[in-house]
Amino acid sequence: MPQAKVELKNVGLRYFGREGETEALKDISFTVAPGEFVAVIGPSGCGKSTLLSLISGLAPPTEGAVLIDGKPVTGPNRKVGYMLQQDYLFEWRTILENTLLGAEIQGAPMAKARERARELLTRYGLGQFLNHLPRQLSGGMRQRVALARTLCTAPDIVLLDEPFSALDSQTRLALAEEITEILRREAKTVILITHDIGEAVSMAERVIVLTRRPGQVKSEHAIRFMSDCGRPTTMAAREAAEFNTYFRTLWQELDIHVED
Amino acid sequence: MSKIDAAAPAAISRPYADWLRRERHSRLAVRAAQLALLVVFLILWEVLPRLQIINPLFTSYPSAIWPTFVGMLKATPQQASIQAHTLATVLATIAGFTAAMVIGTAIAAALWWWNALYKVLDPYLVVANAMPKTAFVPIFYIWLGATLSIYGMSLAISLFITVLMIYNGFQGVDPNKIKLAQSFGAGKWQILRKVVLPGSVPTLIAALKVNAGLSLVGVVVGEFESSSLGLGYLIQYGSQIFKMNIVMTAVTILAIVSSLMYLAIAALEAAVMRRR
Repeated sequence: MPQAKVELKNVGLRYFGREGETEALKDISFTVAPGEFVAVIGPSGCGKSTLLSLISGLAPPTEGAVLIDGKPVTGPNRKVGYMLQQDYLFEWRTILENTLLGAEIQGAPMAKARERARELLTRYGLGQFLNHLPRQLSGGMRQRVALARTLCTAPDIVLLDEPFSALDSQTRLALAEEITEILRREAKTVILITHDIGEAVSMAERVIVLTRRPGQVKSEHAIRFMSDCGRPTTMAAREAAEFNTYFRTLWQELDIHVED
Repeated sequence: MSKIDAAAPAAISRPYADWLRRERHSRLAVRAAQLALLVVFLILWEVLPRLQIINPLFTSYPSAIWPTFVGMLKATPQQASIQAHTLATVLATIAGFTAAMVIGTAIAAALWWWNALYKVLDPYLVVANAMPKTAFVPIFYIWLGATLSIYGMSLAISLFITVLMIYNGFQGVDPNKIKLAQSFGAGKWQILRKVVLPGSVPTLIAALKVNAGLSLVGVVVGEFESSSLGLGYLIQYGSQIFKMNIVMTAVTILAIVSSLMYLAIAALEAAVMRRR
């Protein structure tokens, strides 16, 4: 078996506050293979987003260890790109300058980075907007800039934290398809956090379900479609017969009740 | 009538043209009202003392200001020229608010950097800001001497509010933008330079607006006590010898100076905000 790209070993996280401590995540173990696309779903407040903070090295776990390529994570890692819930584009920077943020911070050679940023933005249909300001762009375009910003530093692993939650539902479907295609083509290892079951089933190859707080791994589900030509696009996946079966299974796993 | 319609760009519909016209009219009406208010004020100021309804010894007249101003353009052995007085006040004010901005931003950055420092100093900053700084004019005079006490007062009166405003601006920067920078491996210094400072530009301008006005107050009250130069000194001197012409000339120049400062900052704001 090849080495896991990302490995979580008995990871736990507790927050401390004056009113007491909160156990957010408990004894979480799973691995993600190189090039795999994994979705993590769970009830709201189960610590899904916290999981990404741990993998990205922004916060250390209180128990266990996170490994990337077999090495323990001790801080932000250049192999990891992190896409947050909103684009968080800097309103004082142009689209191109926003895309270059990571390269600037990491002290990368700027001429090369600029070339790559231009190329990415052009590929995502933003070629004419390089010198526009974020406020001149629509929500979907802004999120594409955020993707370019994430990929500009050429990470192997991409963490997506509900990246479409701020968008309207049409844009959301279109962008999910687009981003999935881009990440697959570039063979990135992807961990997607979402509360949207349909999004998880249509985008990921494997879905990990977390319990409510403290978040623990409840079950894992491989998502396979009987399609002729490999993995279907997200839109095709939504129409496949298996989609509804997976959807129903995951819905029952989540065990959501309106009362809470 | 039809000719005018033909000349108008085809894209503008009739109701939109009407709306534009009403819009322009209401804008002009506001300007006219503002101007009228000023004219009424000046007329009352001119007429009431002349009719002996109020004592001209207390208020002087607008028409007396211009000759006084012209007369003061030349320096005498006893008295510097009005330009020298104005320049002294303006320079001290610019020095005051520039120092307040630079030192205030530096202190706010230090408080942002060391949160413990902020927690310790917070109550003292609030009290220092609430203190009536003008009460310290005589003390500053003793401590700092004639010239420095003016700069000192100008700085003291605007520094604390600047620190509090800018620190609040720093705190108001979206923590997710900071998280984003951290995910790329940004250290504290990079976060300050690339996220917090540029994200606080609107706050910096708001602080500049506030403390430009305050610095002028500081300079003028500083000059009351301790100078033989400056508009504050002229006001003090004029009222001591009961020459209201001099006092009112100085006050008028102060009004013009603060209007010009306001316009300059508004222009700066417009230039900066165009980028956002």
